[in-house]
Parts: sequence; C-alpha cells; structure tokens
Amino acid sequence: MKLTYLAPLAFAASSFAVNAEEIAPTQVAFDDGSVATSLTGVPGDAASGRNIVGNKGLGNCVACHQVTDLADVPWHGEIGPMLDGAGDRWSEAELRGIVVNAKMMFEDSLMPSFYKTEGFIRPGNAYTGKAADETFGPLLSAQQVEDVVAYLATLKE
Amino acid sequence: MKKLTSALLASVIASTPLWADPVDDTLILNEEITMVTRTAAPAHMADVVDEVMSGWLFRGTETRAMQADDFDNPGMIFVEQAEEAWNTAEGSEGKSCSSCHNDPASMAGVRPVYPKFNEKAGEVRTLEMQVNDCRENQMGAEPWKYSGGDMVNMTALLASVSRGMPVNVAIDGPAQSTWEAGKELYYTRTGQLELACASCHEANYGMMIRADHLSQGQINGFPTYRLKNTKLNSAHSRFKGCIRDTRAETFKEGSPEFIALELYVASRGNGLSVEGPSIRN
Ligand code: HEC
Ligand code: HEC
Repeated sequence: MKLTYLAPLAFAASSFAVNAEEIAPTQVAFDDGSVATSLTGVPGDAASGRNIVGNKGLGNCVACHQVTDLADVPWHGEIGPMLDGAGDRWSEAELRGIVVNAKMMFEDSLMPSFYKTEGFIRPGNAYTGKAADETFGPLLSAQQVEDVVAYLATLKE
Repeated sequence: MKKLTSALLASVIASTPLWADPVDDTLILNEEITMVTRTAAPAHMADVVDEVMSGWLFRGTETRAMQADDFDNPGMIFVEQAEEAWNTAEGSEGKSCSSCHNDPASMAGVRPVYPKFNEKAGEVRTLEMQVNDCRENQMGAEPWKYSGGDMVNMTALLASVSRGMPVNVAIDGPAQSTWEAGKELYYTRTGQLELACASCHEANYGMMIRADHLSQGQINGFPTYRLKNTKLNSAHSRFKGCIRDTRAETFKEGSPEFIALELYVASRGNGLSVEGPSIRN
C-alpha cells in the first residue's frame, strides 16, 4: 500500500526542486488584473507561444479567437475578440494576467483560466469525463504561459 | 481599462460575419409537414432570448436536406428496427408493446410532453424511464440500458410519430422543483474550462467555436443521427459529451441530474416541432 503512494510523491518533490524559481498557480499576485512578475524568470519564446496559441492540444486559443498571423491554422472561433493588435492594446503584465486568469481582468469572462488549479466545480481528468485525479495541473505550464505572453506581445498592428 | 475593453468588444461583436448566423430556411418533412424550427421564446425565457431555434437551422445545406425526406434520413432505419421490437413479445407476461398500445401511431403526442411528472410514482420521468417501466412491470422483461441501441431506437420511433407537434413540457406544479434543479445545472460553469451550457448555447449561439457552429443546444430533434458516429444519439449522451468538453467530471445517462437537465432543456424548446430522429454533424 505504502509503495504505491511513494512514486507520485517522489515525482512531485523532484519536479518542485527543479522549478524552485517558479511561481506556483496558487501564489500568483494580481494587481488590477495584471501580473507584473514573470512566472519563471526565463524570457518567453514567441515561436513556441505561437504554436501553443494555435495548437488544439495546448492553448487552443483559436477555438475562441481569430488571429490573422495564424491563418495557416484552420478554423478560428468567434467567442472572444480578435487578437490582432493585442500587443498594442495590453502591456506584458496585463497579457500575463489575462492568460493566467482572465476573470481577474474581465469579470465573469468566458475565457478559461490557463494557470489555475483551484476553485473548479466538478473538475475532470482532461477530456475523459472522469473525475480529476492527482495528476491534475494547470492548463498550461508556467513557461508555456510566458511563451504565450511573448507571442501575444508580437501581435502589433 | 475595463471600459476600454467593453467598447472594443462591442465593435467586435457588431462586425461578426453574417455567415455564422442560422440560415433562413423552412423544414418541410416529406413535402407534407411544415415544421416550426424558429418561434417566439417561451415566457420563462423571455428575459434571455427572443426566439428559440432548432439546431437544424445551424447545420449545412446537405445535412438539412437529408432530414427533410424519410428516404434520405438514415435515422429512419433505426425507427424501422424499433417497429419490429414494438411487435415482439418479450418477458414473463408474453406481451409486446403492441399488446397494450396497438399501433406506434397511437403514441402521437407523447414525446412532446416528456419528461413529465408521474403521479403514481411521484417523480419526473423521461421517456426512457417510462419505456423501462412498461418492460419491467407490464411485460416482465429486462430493462434496456438507458442509452443503449434498443432504447434509443425505441425513443426514435416514439419521436417520429409526433413529428411536427410542438414540444410542450410542463414546468410548474409537481415538476417545478426538478425544473429548477435542471436550470441550476444549465447555468453552472463546470470543469477546468469553467463553461456552462449557457456559455455556449445562450451567450454564443450562431458563433463558431473552432470548427463548430454553435446552436442553441435544443433537444427537440432527439434522438439525433450523427454523421460523426453514424448512429442515433440520446439527449443524455449529448449532455455527457458537452460536459466532458468543459474538462469536467460528467454525470451518468439516466442520472437524476440529467433527468432534471433534460426537463429544463426541453422547456427551452417549448413551441418548436418535435423532429426526432434528426440529422446532425
Ligand atoms: C472559451 C473561449 C476562450 C478561449 C479558449 C480563450 N479566450 Fe481569450 N478571451 C475570450 C473572451 C470572451 C475574451 C473577452 C474578454 C471578456 O471576457 O470580456 C477574451 C479576451 C482575451 C484577450 C484580450 C483581448 C483584447 O484584445 O482586448 C486576450 C489577449 C486573450 N483573450 C488571449 C487568449 C489566449 C492567449 C488564449 C489561449 C491561451 C485564449 N485567449 C483563450 C475567450 C476565450
Ligand atoms: C464549450 C462549448 C459547449 C458547452 C459548454 C456546451 N455545449 Fe452543447 N454543443 C457544443 C457544440 C460545439 C455543439 C455542436 C453544434 C451545435 O449543435 O451547437 C453542441 C451541441 C449540443 C446539442 C445538440 C443540438 C442539436 O441540435 O443537435 C445539445 C442538445 C447540447 N449541445 C446541449 C448542451 C447542454 C445541455 C450543455 C451543458 C450541460 C452544453 N450543451 C454545453 C458546445 C458546447
């Protein structure tokens, strides 16, 4: 019995050690919807961010937003505003806040919170329809959020 | 900052492309029955939408055409299978559905009022529950699996004989508490994506979500034959899929939550024609 519990614990401990600099989802500090401090201290990679925004299995942001720069990715949704020019409209800190938890910037926003692990009703295990288990984590990792923010900052008109 | 965004959003919404709107088309079944696919919202919804619309209006030209003619509607093959089951005696009593109900046509008018409060049982019953009640207590037969093939085929037969009749479920009296529970669920933002039925089907119908054209999520067309899985699908299976897509733990088909949700969602379509078996993507 004890053994089965050991493995995940060991994993959690080691991943925590590696990312000691990272700000955990529960520790993010908001100021008027913005998050000033980088979640990782490592500069975001805009090319990786571009992939995350368009990729169905990652951010899938185009499910709801249109982005002209991502015209090579088929089917952009219309639930949220077009992201062209987002880098003009918002500062880096504001963009980070929106991606981490858009509900802090826009009250009751339909936009999912990409770096949050608490406060859900009936959270599931990804798209299985089953209850969340101990593998439950935020939709994007801290560095993925930084990459997305770096990409959004390049969207200028 | 927030003010600026809402001004921006307003301009975005105003410039939404027209092609995402529901089509302006009329569904005439077998060149005979004109279906109501769009009508004034029932009173209990007047504060949220003006009109209620069938999912048929949100589908492509070919899909819409397939549903207009029984010879082109693959769902009707399953209706024929259910007609056979209707006449087949099963269980300890040696009875079939037809032993008590004669023709399936005698069931016209039943689908539109379900889910419905059953006085004797003191509960709101879906059509599936009523079918299984007959199987167990009238026929002495095994109940069917809630959303299994036999059951969904039978509900398609029962819907088919009511096509064109307006959905008309009761939401007051003894059904009211169940209806309220369903309403609560409809507006609850579930799962890691924190989306409610209303997030997609009330706030955003007519919009694209990735490659899907969002409808009002009405169930007047259920069961529905989906081109995607080439079989009939129950309303509860659809609810399950939609909740799963919010990265949530779903409820089970036939669960008290889904019975309540079905009553509530059905009531949002009061006035629309029964269409089942409909055709959807
Ligand atoms: C389920 C829909 C949905 C998804 C998925 C989604 N968003 Fe949003 N987003 C919205 C909505 C709606 C708004 C408008 C703000 C509000 O809610 O009032 C918005 C607003 C924004 C804004 C501010 C828009 C502006 O230019 O003023 C940015 C930036 C943004 N989202 C980025 C993203 C990124 C990046 C992702 C993916 C990592 C994403 N969104 C995923 C729905 C979504
Ligand atoms: C993330 C968005 C989303 C959410 C949340 C959602 N749905 Fe859906 N739903 C869809 C999409 C996409 C379709 C397929 C296109 C359509 O018919 O709208 C669909 C289809 C349906 C249909 C089939 C309509 C038809 O005409 O065939 C029903 C019924 C339905 N949804 C009910 C619900 C209910 C009830 C809930 C909440 C428990 C819900 N949905 C939550 C996205 C969603």
